[in-house]
Amino acid sequence: MGAKQKAAICRICVYLGAAFTVGVLVLVVGYILIKGIPHLSPELFAWKYNSENVSMMPAIINTLLMTVLSLLVCVPLGIGAAIWLTEYAPRGSRLVKAVRMTAETLSGIPSIIYGLFGASFFVVALKMGLSLLSGALTLSIMVLPTIMRTTEEALLAVPDGYREGSFGLGAGRLRTTMKVVLPSAMPGVLSGVILAIGRIVGETAALIYTAGTVAQVPSTVFGSARTLAVHMFTISTEGLYMNQSYATAVVLLAMVLVINSLSAVIAKKLGGKNR
Amino acid sequence: MQRFNAQTVKENAAKAVFTLTALVSILAVVLICVFLLLGGLPGLEKIGLLPFLTGQKWKPGQEIFGILPFILGSVYVTGGALIIGVPAGLMTALFLSRFASKRMVKLLRPAVQLLAGIPSVVYGFFGLVVIVPLVRDCFGGTGLSLLTASLLLGIMILPTIITVAESALNAVPSSYYEGALALGATHERAVFRVMLPAAKSGVMAGIILGIGRAIGEATAVMMVAGNRTAMPKGLLAGIRTMTSNIVIEMGYAADLHREALIATAVVLFVFILMINVLASILKRRRS
Repeated sequence: MGAKQKAAICRICVYLGAAFTVGVLVLVVGYILIKGIPHLSPELFAWKYNSENVSMMPAIINTLLMTVLSLLVCVPLGIGAAIWLTEYAPRGSRLVKAVRMTAETLSGIPSIIYGLFGASFFVVALKMGLSLLSGALTLSIMVLPTIMRTTEEALLAVPDGYREGSFGLGAGRLRTTMKVVLPSAMPGVLSGVILAIGRIVGETAALIYTAGTVAQVPSTVFGSARTLAVHMFTISTEGLYMNQSYATAVVLLAMVLVINSLSAVIAKKLGGKNR
Repeated sequence: MQRFNAQTVKENAAKAVFTLTALVSILAVVLICVFLLLGGLPGLEKIGLLPFLTGQKWKPGQEIFGILPFILGSVYVTGGALIIGVPAGLMTALFLSRFASKRMVKLLRPAVQLLAGIPSVVYGFFGLVVIVPLVRDCFGGTGLSLLTASLLLGIMILPTIITVAESALNAVPSSYYEGALALGATHERAVFRVMLPAAKSGVMAGIILGIGRAIGEATAVMMVAGNRTAMPKGLLAGIRTMTSNIVIEMGYAADLHREALIATAVVLFVFILMINVLASILKRRRS
C-alpha cells in the first residue's frame, strides 16, 4: 500500500470519528426535542403536582432552590480556598499540597458516593433528614473542586503588576485581593460557577437519598424535594409517563443549553480581555 | 497607631478565614472516608472480605452478599465504553486539533461541550427509548444489556476523552509537525506517527478520566443495563454495576444489607482512588 492510500485511510478514520461525535449529539438532542416538544402541555406546568398532571413545575422551582442553596455554600468556600491557594499560601507548603490533592480526589469521586455520604452524614448523623438542605450541602461538596479550580486559574491569570501596583499604593493584602485581584478575575470565577450550576441541575444519583423524591415545593429547607433531574428519573423509571418524560427531558436540555451558552458568552469575554 | 492595629487584626482575620475555607476540602475527604468506613467496615467484618469480594451470589433476603458480579459488571461496562469511546473520541480530538478548519472548530467545540453538559438522566432516557429497542430488534433479548450500557457509556465519556486529548495534542510543539513534513511525511503520517505519540501521556490521562467517569456513572447505566444480580453472561444479558446496585437497593436496605451496600461503595471508592493515582502519575510525567 502506498503512502497516499495510507494517508487517505487515516483521513477517513479521523473524519468518521468526528462525524460520529456530531451524529451522536444531533441524534440525542434532535430525538428528544422532536419527541418531546409536542408533549409540552400547559398542565405539565401546573403549580401543584398530582399523579394526573405529572406537573414538573414544583420540580423546576426545587431545582432553582437547590441551585441557589448549594451555591450559597460552595461559592464562598471555593473562592476563599482559591484565594488562599494563590494569594496567601506559602509556596510549596505541605498544606497546599494536601489541599490540592484532596480537591483533586473530590473531583474524581462518583456522585453516588457523594449521595451515600450525604445520606449517612447530613441525613442521619446531623439529623437533617431527607431535605433540600441535606441535598444542597452534599452537592456543594461535590462542586467545590470545580469552583476552586476555575477560580484559582482565573486568579493566577491576573498579572502580578496589578498586585504590586496595589501594594505600592499602600493597600494591604486583603484590600488588594478583594478590590483588585478578585474583580479582574471575575469572568473566570463566573464561568466556574456556571459549570457548577450545570452539574447541580443535572445531578440525580447524589440527590435521591439526600433530598428525597417528594414532588412538591417544601415549606422549609428541612423538607424533602425532588429536583427536575430526579423528577425525570422517577417518572421515566416508573414507565407510566413516557410522554411526560420526553417533555421533561426537553426542559432539562433547554436548561443545559442556556447554561452552556451563558458560559460560552463569558468565555468569549474572557478571551477578548486576555488578547 | 490605633488604625494600624485595626488593620493588622483585619488582615489576620482574613487570612484565618481563607485558610479555613481551604481546609474544607481536606475535611470533606476525611469525612467521606470516615463515614464510608464506619458504615461499611462492620458489614465487611461480618460477611468477610474474601466472601464479599469473590462471592458470586447477592441475595440480601438470605444474607448472602457477594459482589463479584457487580465488580465484573462495572469492569465489563467500562471496557465496553472504552472500545466505543476511545477510537471515536481520539479521532475527534485529532480532527479538532489538526484537520478541521477554524470554522469547523468553532462549531464542533460547543457541540462537544454540549455533549458534556447533557445530564446523565437524559442520556439514560435516550438509551431507554432509542438504544434499548435498537439492540432488542437487532440482536434479540430484552435489549437491557451489557451491550446497551456500553454503547451509552461510550457516548457519555466522549467529551472527557476529546477535551483532554485535544489539549494534549495542541500542546505538542508545532516544530515536531513541521519537522516531519520537512522529512517528506504526509500530513496524516506526521499527525499519526509524530503528533500522536508525542501527546501519548496526555491522551492516556484523558482515557483514564474517561474510565473514572464510566465506572462511577450510576443513573444512566442503571436505566439501561437490566440490573440482574447474577454473574454477567455475555453481551446481550443484563448486568448490574456496583453503582447501580447502590442506587437500586439503598432505598429499602437496613442493617447488614445497608452495611453491605456501603461496603460496595468502599470497593468502588478504592477503584476510583487507584484510577486517580494513575492519572496523577501520568500528569506528573507530562509536566
